Amino acid sequence: MSTGRVLTHLVLALGVLLFLFPVWLVFAASTQEAAAISRGELSLLPRLEGLAIYPQVLAGTGEGAQHGAVWRMLGVSFAMALGIAAGKLVVSLLAAYAVAFFRFPLRMAGFWLIFLTLMLPVEVRIIPTFEVVADFGLINTFGGLVLPLVASATATLLYRQTFLLLPDELVEAARMDGAGPLRFLRDMAIPLSAPNTAALFVILFVYGWNQYLWPLIAVTDPGLQTIMVGIVRMIGIEGQTYWNRVMATAMLAMVPPVLVVLAMQRWFVKGLSEGGA
Amino acid sequence: MSARLELSGLAKDFGRTRVLAGIDLTVEPGEMLVIVGASGCGKSTLLRLVAGLEAGGAGRVLLDGRDITGLDPAARDMAMVFQNYALYPHMSVFDNMAYGLRIRGLSRAELQARVAATAELLGLSALLDRKPRQLSGGQRQRVAMGRAIVREPRLFLFDEPLSNLDATLRLAMRVEIRRLQKRLGTTSLYVTHDQTEAMTLGDRLLVMHEGKPVQLAPPLEVYHRPANTYVAGFIGAPPMNFLPATLAGDGSAACLEGGHVLAFADGRRAGGEGRALTLGIRPEHVEVVAEGLPLTVDLAEPLGAETILIGRLPDGRLLSVRVPGEMPVPERLHVRLPARHLHVFDAASGLRLEPI
Amino acid sequence: MSERRTVFPGTALPVLLLAPQLLLTAVFFLWPAFGALTASVQRSDPFGISTTFVGLENFADLLADPLYLAAVWRTLVFCAAVSLLSMGAALLLALCADGVVRGRVFYRTALIWPYAVAPVVSAAVWLLMLHPQIGWLTPALEALGIAWNYRLDDTQAMLLVILASAWKQVSYNFIFFLAGLQAIPANVVEAARMDGAGPVRRFATILFPLLAPTIGFLLTVNIAYSAFETFGTIEALTQGGPGQATQTLMVKVYRDGVVNLDLGASSAQSVVLMAGTMGLILLQARLMRRRGDAS
Repeated sequence: MSTGRVLTHLVLALGVLLFLFPVWLVFAASTQEAAAISRGELSLLPRLEGLAIYPQVLAGTGEGAQHGAVWRMLGVSFAMALGIAAGKLVVSLLAAYAVAFFRFPLRMAGFWLIFLTLMLPVEVRIIPTFEVVADFGLINTFGGLVLPLVASATATLLYRQTFLLLPDELVEAARMDGAGPLRFLRDMAIPLSAPNTAALFVILFVYGWNQYLWPLIAVTDPGLQTIMVGIVRMIGIEGQTYWNRVMATAMLAMVPPVLVVLAMQRWFVKGLSEGGA
Repeated sequence: MSARLELSGLAKDFGRTRVLAGIDLTVEPGEMLVIVGASGCGKSTLLRLVAGLEAGGAGRVLLDGRDITGLDPAARDMAMVFQNYALYPHMSVFDNMAYGLRIRGLSRAELQARVAATAELLGLSALLDRKPRQLSGGQRQRVAMGRAIVREPRLFLFDEPLSNLDATLRLAMRVEIRRLQKRLGTTSLYVTHDQTEAMTLGDRLLVMHEGKPVQLAPPLEVYHRPANTYVAGFIGAPPMNFLPATLAGDGSAACLEGGHVLAFADGRRAGGEGRALTLGIRPEHVEVVAEGLPLTVDLAEPLGAETILIGRLPDGRLLSVRVPGEMPVPERLHVRLPARHLHVFDAASGLRLEPI
Repeated sequence: MSERRTVFPGTALPVLLLAPQLLLTAVFFLWPAFGALTASVQRSDPFGISTTFVGLENFADLLADPLYLAAVWRTLVFCAAVSLLSMGAALLLALCADGVVRGRVFYRTALIWPYAVAPVVSAAVWLLMLHPQIGWLTPALEALGIAWNYRLDDTQAMLLVILASAWKQVSYNFIFFLAGLQAIPANVVEAARMDGAGPVRRFATILFPLLAPTIGFLLTVNIAYSAFETFGTIEALTQGGPGQATQTLMVKVYRDGVVNLDLGASSAQSVVLMAGTMGLILLQARLMRRRGDAS
């Protein structure tokens, strides 16, 4: 091996370690005693008997459990991420189909309105959005948690791009075969954009799962608390922090989105880098 | 089953450009009509107007006397074979062929029987479970044909279906298309830019140029009596030789620029002495003789079965000559332009001049 | 904008298909944006009984407020640092990963999964590394003579939130850089090799210019990320403190609007943020178009 190649592998190995090591540390910490961590005695070796913290954290039992059962937070986060992803996919697919496959008055005006306004992250419009959601009486509801995050332009853009790339002859062949617009949507547009849908699902699921600010202000009901809000509450500012519980929860919070990314890695990478979402 | 297609005054503009101007045409039941022309001549637009894929044209389309001008493509009962095949990439060969039938609500049994029969006809029976990406170019072409045939439509539309195939395959498919169309007896419109395809496939040809129909006739008539210099140059390979000339004497002969006089075999042409003409003669009709017009040979293209000679006449005009077999190429030879093979055109309009 | 040649006829159906998206836009963007605009030119009395039109006064107050201007500057520094750090690390890793043959799949997977890490989780990870009491690295820093306590030291706090924010974003940038590098035809690089260019020169004269559209695109994305999505990271790590040392504009909007309920001021801040983001989006749209031309 040349020195260049050794150096390349060294850099990559360091890069891999830069991400894997902290996560290992989180895992190791989650199995140790809260008091030990607080004393600054953090061991790199996980304690096997410390694994019992996971069922405790999930069920919300044991010492320092005042923040509630994590399985419930996981459930809320999962439902929210799924709702946001599914909602965005459906809404965007239909809108992109209308814009790409029809000509109607104000078509491009509608498209640009969606594009310009919905590229704005929810954080920027957080206060005014909160007021509107409050006006609708949706604070502390699942709908209020999900709906404002469903409006997004990225997925619409990506679908439109995919649709524009479908060959004209394909549409013509289907029309000659007797397919109308809805049939074409079902039989051609949706199946042919499946890789795109898979990529978007990963992106949107991760986006939904990782939300923090909106769930923080849209929900005060502990029953609708997401895992991200839960983690920050568990860290707290003052007083005693049960670090093992925090880290166990952080591990649990990492598992679903990482699994989704790993399982659909190929589509996700292709869709992300081609679409620029 | 076979339908009569009538087009009257079919026209289409893209913006301010007229891409298609007033086509009147009747395709008889069972006929294969080939529309041929260079790219951009409007032939594809014509086909798409017939299919209903192109909106906003003028004129009328009638199928068996019924006006279908405003109808959706789906309602016209036509099938089209596309240049790039346009197979549904996510569907198997079977589903590609069955799709149109499913939409038409055929029973499962009937659908399977029809797909199986068509696959048999095209030699696709073993490929029914494959996806298009697992097929070769020729196989894809067959599936595209099968998708059209299985529908048993009243009209076949072919949009340059062979131009994505390599030369050998193209020849084989050309023969097969002709055989299938004859056997099924379905009225067909076939668009191509390839004059060989046009000559061999069509019952009649419609030669188009710059959005206008130039000649509508059986292939051999187009070959023997091209309507103008454009058609004369387009049909036939290598293309016809053109020589500037003037009408001589009482109109029964032409005088080449070098002073050589050629008598017409079929009678006088109108117009007085000195009328500017374009004389045409095909390379295969030029005769090599012991004594005649001298030709300086620039280039010889031996093709095995024949040799194409390209030379210059004394006045500097190029002339190509097609001679059978192989021959040692002389630097100079003499040629004769037989009167019965001369085509006489008006120099200004390019139109064929018939005897009076 | 390219268009399809073949379309379906009809108006009612497409309008119906577009309606949900337009409805969401109207309810969750246009309406709130309009509300923010209205509120930003009004002022309500302390009891919320009456509101008066004050024109651009809220904006003038904002621009005269040294705390706000400090937050603007702080946000710019923060965005620049996070973008440079995460993009630089990602570019280095992508250059290495583009070249390797052995272990290709492993390296890729190992560098892509952190895309899924949440900003809040990233904060938890870095607390464990650099917390003054429990941090795994803290003893090492103290051994080096650095008195590490970001709860007291402004610069250290800023460093911490930059590190934690950049760490989480490396994966995203890595994916784009790797795709950008792979889109460069191999024969271009080979030609440079034949011309005798070494690795550094090849990077400077061939790869970097060809990556310029990707870099431009990522820059806008990273700025937007640092400005908005890092809220969770900062909130979990420092809550904007000590003092206001890590208070970016986003954190300030939240503090003023949600915690302190000063809606007039926060509406004006929201409007400024929206305008800034719009500018960033338009810039990105231009860069994306150029990226499309280049490929």
